[in-house]
Amino acid sequence: MSILNYQAIYVMWLRQMKRFVRAKSRIISNFVQPFFFLAILGLGLGAARFPGVPSGINYIDILTPGIIAMSILFPSVFVGLSVLWDKQFGFLQEVLVAPVSRLSIVIGRTLGGATNALIQGLIVLFIAIILGVSFQLSLNLILAFVFMILISFVAIGIGLIIASRMENIEGFQFIVSLFVFPLLFLSSAFSPLESLPSWLRTIAFIDPITYGVDGLRASLIGYSYFPIYINLSVLIILSIVMMGLGSYFFSKSEA
Amino acid sequence: MDIVETNELTKIYNKSVKAVDHVNFSVKEGEIFGFLGPNGAGKTTTIKMLVTLLKPTEGTAKIAGHDIKKYPDKIRNSIGIVFQEPALDDQLTGRENLDFHARMYGMKKEKREKRIKEVLKLVNLEEKANTLVKNYSGGMKRRLEIARGLMHFPKILFLDEPTLGLDPQTRRLIWDYIKVLNEKENITIFLTTHYMEEADYLCDRVAIIDYGKILVIEKPSKLKNQIGKDVITIGCSNSEICADILKREKWVESFKTHDSNVTFGTKEIEKKLPLILRIAERNNIEIKTIDIRKPTLEDVFLYYTGRKIREQETNISEQFKRRFMNR
Repeated sequence: MSILNYQAIYVMWLRQMKRFVRAKSRIISNFVQPFFFLAILGLGLGAARFPGVPSGINYIDILTPGIIAMSILFPSVFVGLSVLWDKQFGFLQEVLVAPVSRLSIVIGRTLGGATNALIQGLIVLFIAIILGVSFQLSLNLILAFVFMILISFVAIGIGLIIASRMENIEGFQFIVSLFVFPLLFLSSAFSPLESLPSWLRTIAFIDPITYGVDGLRASLIGYSYFPIYINLSVLIILSIVMMGLGSYFFSKSEA
Repeated sequence: MDIVETNELTKIYNKSVKAVDHVNFSVKEGEIFGFLGPNGAGKTTTIKMLVTLLKPTEGTAKIAGHDIKKYPDKIRNSIGIVFQEPALDDQLTGRENLDFHARMYGMKKEKREKRIKEVLKLVNLEEKANTLVKNYSGGMKRRLEIARGLMHFPKILFLDEPTLGLDPQTRRLIWDYIKVLNEKENITIFLTTHYMEEADYLCDRVAIIDYGKILVIEKPSKLKNQIGKDVITIGCSNSEICADILKREKWVESFKTHDSNVTFGTKEIEKKLPLILRIAERNNIEIKTIDIRKPTLEDVFLYYTGRKIREQETNISEQFKRRFMNR
């Protein structure tokens, strides 16, 4: 058996896309949720000013990269966890008994998840533009896409690792509140790193999503805590580690 | 030629539970071979080992000449499988499920499309091909899974409880599809079931399995004949005395006591019945019920295991479980 089966990767991706497009309620919530966050939180706290942040930058500018990260983080973790759904509904057996490598299965699933993530990120970007956020779009849009994809890889890896430790989807809500929400809240998605108390900032430094949010800020609004190359290299390393661990655990799973 | 050959195949869970206990059997090319046994007998575990989803604890098996431990990939290409639980993506249409499968097995576009048409026709699902699977009935899902199992021209098709949870009419329909594809596609079939009639109707040979061990492998007709020409079950006031006396008679075959009944086979029951009544009267035994019938696999199972398979009960709880799981 070859290590990579391209047709299998493609069809795993295709399946993910079809499921994404067909879940109508999810598409609506993909628009509505970031809209509420940006409009109500972003505009509502519009008067807020943070020490250390240049005065031309509004709160909604700071918030938008955070909301992009949020709308990538959740669905991407779920893509990793969706292994559990496939297990519950028996479909995992169909996948595992096929003559393809486990690595191909993980890659296909991940590419599907990353594509979804990119679409979600673009949706938020689009909403933000409507709400009047001024981006330096000409500059670093490509870089922003790279950060979106990397956040997605890290989150899918985390999802796969959690999925391999769980027997079924019953502990799902628990996982979301215990892991995913802290990842989001500690990532400086809602406030700049500068304004955090130092102990909180220290915790934020070990949250992988922090580097995603900060990198998105750097590439979209030209302001960030870390230089962009640090964000980029940390996130690349983390995504390789997380995906590596996730694939390893998945390859050990039995239907 | 033998397409499946096991050698002391064993699966032990948690170091103590022997789910499958040193099992030896072979399946001939072109036949329908059945595993008959109650729930928890080790049927599904055996199938999962054969299709390379579980690793055997001890022993091994060969499928189409390949060892399941050494060449899982070669085996995966040459087998089709329909799992006990539905294993379809219900957010996809029937055709998309087949297409997914075909691509996973590396089939080229032309071959894929032609084959999808063929298998859809075989299970009469052409008209529902573009409907989402979540709108399918239980029987339709089963048919689609059988079609999917056939997509990549496997040499052998594994069916794990193919009609579990289906109504009698649909069950009949599935049986006919299984027979047709065995004959038309000339494909070997290995199935597991706890339905006596299913094993009887479909299988060329049946292995009776209980507590992970195979008790007997034989043609259904032979199994039934060996019980006797007719089977009689007597319920009487004192089954122990009743058993003691009847057991000694030369014309009594395959004698078993169960619950408060005695069951045995015999020839020329019409001549033996008056004799039985006379024996009972002579020994002051009151006969409460008499049931005379042609032997079924249920009688065979009773003879080998000393108990009934209790198919009705398991059936209902099983269906409930499946419905609950599917929500």
